Amino acid sequence: MNTVETKWNIACKPEDIPKNGGACVLLNGQQIAIFNFEREAKWYATQNLCPHKQQMALSRGMIGSLADEPKVACPFHKKSFSLQTGQCLTGEDYNIKTYPIKVEDGSVWIGF
Amino acid sequence: MQANTQTHVVVVGNGMVGYKFCEKLVARGGYGFKISVFGEEPRPAYDRVHLSSYFDGKTADDLLMAPLGWYADNNINLYLSDPVVQIDRQAKAVLSHHGVQLKYDYLIFATGSAAFVPSIPGVEKDGVFVYRTIEDLDMMATYAKKAKKGAVIGGGLLGLEAAKALIDLGMTQTHVIEFAPRLMPRQLDQAGSDILKNQLEDLGIQIHLSKNTKQITGNECITGMEFADDSSLEIDFLVISAGIKPRDELAKKIGLEIGSRGGILVNDTLQTSDPAIFAIGECALHQQMIYGLVAPGYEMAEVVVAKLCGNQKSFAGFDMSTKLKLIGVDVASFGDAFAESPVAKTIIFENKAKGIYKRINVSQDGQYLLGGILVGDAEQYNMLLQTVNNKIVLPKEAENLILGSRGGDSDQMGVMSLPDEALVCSCEAITKGAICYEISENKVLTINGLKQCTKAGTGCGGCVPLLKDLLQSTMKAQGIYIRNILCEHFDYTRQELLDLVKLNQLYSYDEVINHFGKGHGCEVCKPAVASILASLWNENILQKGNDTSQDTNDRFLANIQRGGTYSVVPRIPGGEITPEKLIVIGQVAKQYGLYTKITGGQRIDLFGAHVGDLPNIWKQLIDAGFESGHAYGKALRTVKSCVGTTWCRFGVQDSVSFAIEVENRYKGIRAPHKIKSGVSGCIRECAEAQSKDFGIIATEKGWNLYVGGNGGSKPQHAQLLATDVDKAMCLKLIDRFLMFYIKTAEPLTRTATWLNKLEGGMSYLKAVIIDDSIGICQQLENEMQSLVNQYHCEWKEAVENPEISKRFVHFVNAPTQKDPSVQFDQLREQIIAEDWNKA
Repeated sequence: MNTVETKWNIACKPEDIPKNGGACVLLNGQQIAIFNFEREAKWYATQNLCPHKQQMALSRGMIGSLADEPKVACPFHKKSFSLQTGQCLTGEDYNIKTYPIKVEDGSVWIGF
Repeated sequence: MQANTQTHVVVVGNGMVGYKFCEKLVARGGYGFKISVFGEEPRPAYDRVHLSSYFDGKTADDLLMAPLGWYADNNINLYLSDPVVQIDRQAKAVLSHHGVQLKYDYLIFATGSAAFVPSIPGVEKDGVFVYRTIEDLDMMATYAKKAKKGAVIGGGLLGLEAAKALIDLGMTQTHVIEFAPRLMPRQLDQAGSDILKNQLEDLGIQIHLSKNTKQITGNECITGMEFADDSSLEIDFLVISAGIKPRDELAKKIGLEIGSRGGILVNDTLQTSDPAIFAIGECALHQQMIYGLVAPGYEMAEVVVAKLCGNQKSFAGFDMSTKLKLIGVDVASFGDAFAESPVAKTIIFENKAKGIYKRINVSQDGQYLLGGILVGDAEQYNMLLQTVNNKIVLPKEAENLILGSRGGDSDQMGVMSLPDEALVCSCEAITKGAICYEISENKVLTINGLKQCTKAGTGCGGCVPLLKDLLQSTMKAQGIYIRNILCEHFDYTRQELLDLVKLNQLYSYDEVINHFGKGHGCEVCKPAVASILASLWNENILQKGNDTSQDTNDRFLANIQRGGTYSVVPRIPGGEITPEKLIVIGQVAKQYGLYTKITGGQRIDLFGAHVGDLPNIWKQLIDAGFESGHAYGKALRTVKSCVGTTWCRFGVQDSVSFAIEVENRYKGIRAPHKIKSGVSGCIRECAEAQSKDFGIIATEKGWNLYVGGNGGSKPQHAQLLATDVDKAMCLKLIDRFLMFYIKTAEPLTRTATWLNKLEGGMSYLKAVIIDDSIGICQQLENEMQSLVNQYHCEWKEAVENPEISKRFVHFVNAPTQKDPSVQFDQLREQIIAEDWNKA
């Protein structure tokens, strides 16, 4: 773990993100996909860019699980990524960035 | 050969074989090898075998054997655009073009080959190319823009591949010039070549055999060719593909032994005259033979890797059997393709009408297959090759091998008759035994799984059909019942789940997975369940939390396109539209800057809409009387029509009115896959109804109904279900047909595939929906009628319901801002999506 302190930013309201789905926010000029994994009462944040064909699309993907791993599938070609580690789960060498996320005081916060 | 210090292996050349050597050496990790690779080209090794696919859509990246990261991950130093220029054999050191100096313990030459360019006067002119690297292809593509008439010198395997490239580049004329009296002289006999020539000429390629090129004419640029027989040809583009020449110049410079006609001399362990130096692939000369195919190159890599790891293995020549698809024509040649009397008896089957030629050579005693040639239909290639390689004793009627059994006892030889040692994948040297072991012992039951654990089928891909057969036969032999459950979250087939959801009156994805599934779902079961719910209840698909279980097209009620914008297709029933409505479409397209195109289904598609613009676009369309066209859904798309009696002098019924009635009846109904239809006003069939899921053709007395047709990758004609029925009966039958399909098909299965798989096929379907053999016709009709009654335009609801329309934004924290990463290019005065392979 690095020792740099996480800087938290307000991203949106919890109700902006559909239950068991995702949506995209613009934060510090970056596109971040936020997922409300309501079935497990968890929230996840990743980059919005799918590394396969460089499409800003992950927030529109379907989420779900592979065994116990929470994941999102890109709507374009169904490349899947772990929401926890960002690792590609469909056998390719891709990795996506994940961000710390919390819901507090009626807002969704993303850490950089 | 395990050492405390690492053994340093330097590979000269990063082509397919050089790469495969690295892959195999890495796979034997733990031996303490350090690998450095020098490549002349600017990119890592790519699939040269499928080079021509670069011109029909594959990118340089798609062709890579492994991404750059793979080399780093495996601790391989890769130097690109940096060929080795000097080698000091005493000091065991290499020097590269950019000045990198490295010591080696072992040096591997994998320098491959270059195109052989015959010394014809004029080969230096602009517009003359060789066909070898991606750079060659890029140069060809640039020059091709100003060229129209192309030719290829060389009618061999590579030459015909190059001819395909010329067609893909848009040449109006493509010529193939071959010195020999036949095409592919190494693989085909005269009769086989004749059939191939006919097939290629039908495709617009002009073939010139026994032609000796005297010179290439033109000033700076090529304008033509002159031949030894004094004929000439006017062309402005030429590719030379007359063979290969081994890249042995560096080996020669450092004094390694070279064959008299080129190639680095190697022994049976691929060692050159310097024991620390090996040569593999097309640069190596083994027993007077240069192997210009990839599979023997891989085998050579395997032998050297084994040797470096201290194992004994030797290269004993290689079977040059090959099967490929040349410009859409299957060609195969295997074993001793030319064996003749007195060694062999030949059996020949020729069908000039269909362009099929098959020849097999059988040993004099009729016991064994020696080899053969297949043109036009090479389906039996794998089995025939196996029969040769494994010396399988032939059945009494050997001709059945190429003709199939014609009645009587079946003499067909199945995959299960192969011995365990039979080599199924020759690129990776995988036996039948190894594959069956994975299937039966490790329960690997998918082709992808088999590819991953055995690597079989990952080279040229030619053995994949055999893999499929092996998989199915082995599973069958083991009594494994193949039950197509949805995915890891539902242990039910679609049909079982549909019945359960109906019986338990469930209305949302969450309810369904909580009742009958486990885990949290995935991109396979979510849309499948969403489709079941829609097919049962026909409620708005974006409500009750079902929006997030829809695939993106359904979730945004539009089709996602490259770049992340969407396309919009309003319904135009039967393809009939008023001028007023056409103007509205034009105005909307103009206002939102959309690309417009007429679809194959007589509708208009508007591309390039930002997600945030979709509700406004639809509001305007709906105000003008349009409805959703469901182009995004697994639902009825379009009912295509011809004008019939309203205008056409041949029409016998009013096909447009009936098409509109049919489209309005079934619009919005969701199914396991998309549904298309057509209505033709007479037997001339201008609406192409027989290529649709259900198609209707007018007769003097009424209508003929066809079902189970399909365009797409595997076209199939619809089959006749009923003759001369009236409109009411026709609709009744369609009701029953569609509902039966909706209730029983597997996810994402079109009606054609469903009907093909349906046990009993067409006669069973007729029994169920015409003769009511299982007594469900009334129920099917009622269920369909209730779906029809439930119809609503979901875009109208989306536009009117703020809870739904607010989801149509790209940034939820900046709803008015559009995705800045969306970029368009311009083409013919309209926008197109930016090329996503550009960056």
